[in-house]
Amino acid sequence: MRRLRGIGIPGAILIAVVIFFVWEIHNKGWTLFFTLLVNGLTLGSVYALIALGYSMVYGILKLLNFAHGDVYMIGAFMGFGVLSLLGGALSPSVNVWVLIALMFAVSMLGSGGLGVVIERFAYRRLRDAPRIAPLISALGVSFLLQNSALILFGSRYRDYNTFDLVGFGGIHIGDVFIWKMRIFVVASAVALMIALTLFVARTQLGKAMRATSFDREAAAMMGVNVDRVIASTFFIGSALAGAAGVMFGLAFGQIFHFMGFLAGLKGFTAAVVGGIGSIPGAMVGGLLVGCVEAFSQGYANGNWSDLIVFGILIVFMLVRPTGLLGTRAIQKV
Amino acid sequence: MSEIPPITDQPDAPKIGVDSWVAASEERVERARGARGLALGAFERTPPPFRLAAFVAVACTLPLFVSSGNLFRYGFFTLVYVMLGLGLNVVVGFSGLLDLGYVAFYGIGAYTYAILSSDLHGIHWPAEVTIPIAIVVAAVLGLILGLSSRRLLGDYLAIVTLFFGQAFVTFVNNANPKGLTGGANGIGNIDNISVFGYTLTTTRQYYYFILAAFVVVFAALWSLVRSRIGRAWMALREDALAASLMSIPVNRLKLLAFVFGAGIAGLTGAIVGPALTGVAPGNFDTSILITIYAVVILGGAGSLAGVVIGAIVINVSYELLTPATPDRARWLFYGVLIVALVAKVRPWSRLVTVLVTTAALGFALHELAAVSSSTATTGEVNTGGFLTGAIRSWVVIPESPGRLPDYGYVLLIAMILVLTTVKGWWRVALLAPTLYLAAFVWENLLIEQPSVTRLILFGALLVALMNLRPQGLLGTARVEIV
Repeated sequence: MRRLRGIGIPGAILIAVVIFFVWEIHNKGWTLFFTLLVNGLTLGSVYALIALGYSMVYGILKLLNFAHGDVYMIGAFMGFGVLSLLGGALSPSVNVWVLIALMFAVSMLGSGGLGVVIERFAYRRLRDAPRIAPLISALGVSFLLQNSALILFGSRYRDYNTFDLVGFGGIHIGDVFIWKMRIFVVASAVALMIALTLFVARTQLGKAMRATSFDREAAAMMGVNVDRVIASTFFIGSALAGAAGVMFGLAFGQIFHFMGFLAGLKGFTAAVVGGIGSIPGAMVGGLLVGCVEAFSQGYANGNWSDLIVFGILIVFMLVRPTGLLGTRAIQKV
Repeated sequence: MSEIPPITDQPDAPKIGVDSWVAASEERVERARGARGLALGAFERTPPPFRLAAFVAVACTLPLFVSSGNLFRYGFFTLVYVMLGLGLNVVVGFSGLLDLGYVAFYGIGAYTYAILSSDLHGIHWPAEVTIPIAIVVAAVLGLILGLSSRRLLGDYLAIVTLFFGQAFVTFVNNANPKGLTGGANGIGNIDNISVFGYTLTTTRQYYYFILAAFVVVFAALWSLVRSRIGRAWMALREDALAASLMSIPVNRLKLLAFVFGAGIAGLTGAIVGPALTGVAPGNFDTSILITIYAVVILGGAGSLAGVVIGAIVINVSYELLTPATPDRARWLFYGVLIVALVAKVRPWSRLVTVLVTTAALGFALHELAAVSSSTATTGEVNTGGFLTGAIRSWVVIPESPGRLPDYGYVLLIAMILVLTTVKGWWRVALLAPTLYLAAFVWENLLIEQPSVTRLILFGALLVALMNLRPQGLLGTARVEIV
């Protein structure tokens, strides 16, 4: 009982939302449920990759990188650029798998490089400044990227058109129709996350990252090149965001210059829900946020789905700021 | 100035209470001679009430002498940004809480007024009632948002407030067209403000009304930040833990800051709504947020006079960068470039080298382009007034530029970033091509879309200020106490 007392009104709202979903599933049948579930898992794996970038940067610098969502948007546009250069989805001039591999490679390298540049020029000088300074700088970077994309690419939507991509149809499982592209997207997200986990756990650089995030000064004293570790963290996090951008384009088709803002917020929500700083947490949080969004679009009015997602964010921040899988952080003075 | 003895640097004298940063700052003030020093000194010596009175006197009389149809509109929006900046300054500048949902309160004020006196619901309450209600509604919602600051700090607070702003826009946007907020079309035909039987109808009257509101808010804030509350806010900003140990009620003060900020924004909204005769969700999105942040950060977070100056600078550039007047935007662009060069490039020989090289480079490239292709320099110059001829023969403006300006833009950003890392003659050597590229990108890309350009510039301004001069124009530099 003592544990429950702290939950109060937010918890009651959460329970009400769950009851609402159960009631709607009962009413509208299982086919819709599974269709939405597939949507949610696809969207969720994109959010999970964004969340990883937030989580890694937050873990190492204690900085909320507002520009992360916009790096994801730039990544999506880079993938689109490669796709259009090689003839578009309908008549690619190379093998489909080569095309997709190239899209990922260019987007990940480009976004990673962008992340390193952002860190070098917008955040590095502010590492020891008052906490509010890098946040405002990050806000500025976010606007700079968003409006640069607007002036370079225009405000119209671009279509990856991957539903017609050669060799990718869909499959029927019972009544449920699943695009193969979505399966591919979820699988590649999982593969990237496994690779990241292994990288952080097994390699020298991964060890240096963990040391730096634990205590930057102590790590520097032990001979870790902190600047380089932070730069590589930004590179990896932003590369994952770029991959997420390409995945979103592949799975859902439409990209535009403002897509990074909301996706960034939701990626951050996923990071907080899962427990910031935790890699499996980001995965779980991302899938949860993606499913909640898909279900609220399917069952409630789609316009309000963002509000539901952020409602969950607030509940989590207030009730369990460490997230589902995070560890309790003690504020050092 | 002369009676202050120079700081003697004796190596063996104990320096109790003299921090290296404080000493450096004092030295800087000592050194600021010439016109800048004179202006700074005069500003410092003027008592603040007189500063306000001088500003109001200028603001009252200036529009009477200068006859331009839009001047009252410019003045009105400058004061709107001043008011919004003052409110945000309470939260961000004095209390150090990053509130990214601030625009929502501005919107809440405007919408409250619009709901209570427009045709949409057939309610026509007088302004004496609706303006206080708008302030109170915004302040109460500020209190509710502020409640989250009891448990969340820094980045988490920022994201929750950012969500709050987003939630407001979503809520307003998705309402039923006949519903509370009029949906995506907003609310039109708002009643004019009518105070004690006197109805405001023209922009001029709204200008004087908001000037009066500004004086009240400014004077109230000025005395507030010097009171116990203001000092407690600053203590809280510098170190919340230390402040709470000094028995300052940290949570209550955070809430108070949110309430004050939201109330001022609500008041501003309640004036702007009727002045524009309509409110729509698009008026309260994140581009307003970035503009208000640019105002506060440029002026100097924590400085009231700074906000006024920041708002004037930002609003003037905002009004100049409009699609209607490309020639003025061009004056602004080249003017700022020249002023920045004159101010920053020293010594004079170096400055002259840069300018001559840039000009020569421009003519050379222009000739080269003209020789290599017949259409490379025949593009239409976007009505340039007096400057048109000079630009036509100096900047390469292709007839059909294609993607070239886009690549130029990316290259320009890369070159500016490189410029910040190199020093000495390398910087001078790189400056000329960067300047020419900037002119090329400006003429071929940016001037076509001034409304996007100004947001790009405000974003860049925030990053540059935070990295180079976080205290803005008039703020006081802060040092992190370790």
